[in-house]
Amino acid sequence: MISILTNNWSSLMEGVKYTIESSLIALIGSLILGVIFAMLEISPNKTVHIIGRTYVEIFRNIPLLVVAMFFYIVMPQFIPGLDGFTAGTIGLTIYTSAFIAETVRAGIESVDVGQMEAARSNGMTYLQSMRFIVLPQAIKIVVPPLGNQFVNLVKNSSVLAFLAGFDLMYQGNLIASTTFKTTDTYLAVGLLYLIMTMPLSYLMRYLEKRWSKNPQA
Amino acid sequence: MSMIEFHDVNKYYGKFHALKNINLTVERGEVVSIIGPSGSGKSTLLRTINGLEHISSGQLLVDNFDLADAKTDMNKIRKNVGMVFQHFNLYANKTIMENITLGPIRVLKVSKAEAEERANKLLGLVGLQDQANKLPSMLSGGQKQRIAIARALAMKPKAILFDEPTSALDPEMIGDVLDVMKKVADQGMTMIVVTHEMGFAKEVGDRLVFMADGEIREESNHPKEFFQNPQDPRAKEFLSKIIHAD
Repeated sequence: MISILTNNWSSLMEGVKYTIESSLIALIGSLILGVIFAMLEISPNKTVHIIGRTYVEIFRNIPLLVVAMFFYIVMPQFIPGLDGFTAGTIGLTIYTSAFIAETVRAGIESVDVGQMEAARSNGMTYLQSMRFIVLPQAIKIVVPPLGNQFVNLVKNSSVLAFLAGFDLMYQGNLIASTTFKTTDTYLAVGLLYLIMTMPLSYLMRYLEKRWSKNPQA
Repeated sequence: MSMIEFHDVNKYYGKFHALKNINLTVERGEVVSIIGPSGSGKSTLLRTINGLEHISSGQLLVDNFDLADAKTDMNKIRKNVGMVFQHFNLYANKTIMENITLGPIRVLKVSKAEAEERANKLLGLVGLQDQANKLPSMLSGGQKQRIAIARALAMKPKAILFDEPTSALDPEMIGDVLDVMKKVADQGMTMIVVTHEMGFAKEVGDRLVFMADGEIREESNHPKEFFQNPQDPRAKEFLSKIIHAD
């Protein structure tokens, strides 16, 4: 396995780079989209609620590979020059955002309704109440399940391998098919994924502990 | 103009008739106590005044704004009508100082320094100057409720609604909260207080409203007389139970 790593170090690192890049973009994008759609879902306005709910239900219940393929195969007809990496990252973002929306929605709903009532009675608008009072409390409740989503996201980025996305899995497939050392190659790839995801798991556990001790930090 | 006017107000939750033909006027500077058995609609009535509950029919005027009118900006009314809750509802993620200053800073657009200066005065009024940097979770129930009153006062409201402010407190904490409420009343604040504290209703309240089954059954401009000689049979029954409990 050592020889696989040393002989293919640069292409594996290239793969790691693309995997991290795609995951980071999707992480930020899906967090923003997820919070927005969570807000739509809990809106008192029926139409807005239905829009949020529909988005979440559609993208949560279609396989990631189908969503990603849609952006890779179908969308370039309308947006020329959409490459595999971009298409895959968009698919990953949208797919993950549906799960994040569900997680954030549950977090918001677990904040005592009295907090919102107090903020509204204090003269704040709905959005101000959300921003200053409800969301900061919801985020802390939501950190452990969100952490799981982010670890999943890094793993799910391997879908890029199907779209010529140059990620770690893609490089692994390439190395395996040229060297025929399949066992060693996929062991090495698995190890590299572990190195990326384990620190993320531990970071989330650390934040969870810290925030449970001090709700204001 | 009166501060608050209910004209034939009704409120339904589905088929349940929560408020029945409510007619009530609260003048500026008045302290009105609302008493009655549980489930009589007292809290619902109170919560309609700042729009936490919507009325189903009738007219409700608060500070000359018509609450049933879709064009009425509820935020404007809430800016002028404070609320103190049974379970305090202090912002759990904010310090005591931030709890008091957030509204003035974000809603009234007061500077942070000015808001904090006023907050310190209010902390003095409620006797909790030394708690400014703590989180709500570190305070006792009675302290939390006094902070909630300070938070309401910080907005310089025209009226404050109290929804059973002492019902969730240990008995030895109740006195401190009632003392603060009395101080606020003495400063001329318009107050509507849903309460089970008959002492407060008798001694501090200018007027008393007795509710049962979603109706106002008796209204008295002389709370002491009401307690001696209630007219409504439900009120008689209610008071006999309370007085035995005393």
